[in-house]
Amino acid sequence: MHELPVIESILKVSLSHGAKNNVQKIMAIHLQVGELSDLEDEWMQRYFDHLSKDSIAAGAVLKIERMPVVMNCEDCRESFQVDIKNVKDIVCPLCQGKNNKLISGREYFIKSMEVL
Amino acid sequence: MDEVRLIEVKEGILADNKKTAEALKQSLKSKKVFMVNLMASPGSGKTSLILKTIEALRKDLTIGVIEADLDSKVDSEKIAAQGIKAVQLKTGGFCHVDATMVAKGLDAMNPDGFDLIFIENVGNLVCPAEVDTGAALDAVILSVPEGDDKPLKYPVIFAAVDVLVVNKMDFMELCDFNLEAMKERVRALNPGIAIFEVSSRTGQGVEEWSNWLKNKVREYQA
Repeated sequence: MHELPVIESILKVSLSHGAKNNVQKIMAIHLQVGELSDLEDEWMQRYFDHLSKDSIAAGAVLKIERMPVVMNCEDCRESFQVDIKNVKDIVCPLCQGKNNKLISGREYFIKSMEVL
Repeated sequence: MDEVRLIEVKEGILADNKKTAEALKQSLKSKKVFMVNLMASPGSGKTSLILKTIEALRKDLTIGVIEADLDSKVDSEKIAAQGIKAVQLKTGGFCHVDATMVAKGLDAMNPDGFDLIFIENVGNLVCPAEVDTGAALDAVILSVPEGDDKPLKYPVIFAAVDVLVVNKMDFMELCDFNLEAMKERVRALNPGIAIFEVSSRTGQGVEEWSNWLKNKVREYQA
């Protein structure tokens, strides 16, 4: 069910930028999606096709780039990437600290659109 | 033929929600109302824990509840039966509440004079974790029958919350639930998390959890 509100928001943002830029048709949308998202590319596209079918974004292709999970060490302030599937030991590579905070990896960011 | 052009958008989808959530936080802070976003799977005991917590704290704090459900009033009726103000949000099939929905619930409740307001989020361990509700404290319940592997399967929610309540401790004997392994998994994701072991049925641990929560409310109001 989470796909619905997420894709609805992506469509809303895309259409509002389309209107601002006098766009006739949106051909493609470049998205950055954090690796913590459990949404599959195929299903994002299917939901998008369904929701956008009566708009200028109908038929647009979602070009999805997965963004790494980045954490920041609270002790030494080092930022580092995390393989989130490997949750056993998230330690700072610099100081081995375990006091780490999530910086990114949960985002749905609309970078740009290819339009006519 | 028209040329395809590229336009920059550079906008995240949760930006609007973030703004609404920040505004809610400020407004509640000025009214000294402490809001808790309670998340968990369906059947983990969210409503029962809220009822037990109300029982423990109602002499000290004025408490209200915002109930979010897909399309029913079952939970809010249970709360209201205890003489506690409850507002029902029907999310109409949406799997989580966002800050705009919470703002509507707060309008219906009129938060002035409340010390503590619970949001009982939709039963779901996935997307509520990604959406800021404007609450001062995020809590998740994991009930023993669900299994000790949930932090491995739903890491985002366990990484995002301030407190974990392990509920249905009275089931421990019936389940192969490794409490220490589960805690280790959660702390690897979230070293600062507070963890309580309770049973809403027997009352085990309810006092400790309620007192901790009361102190959080008092610190916030000070």
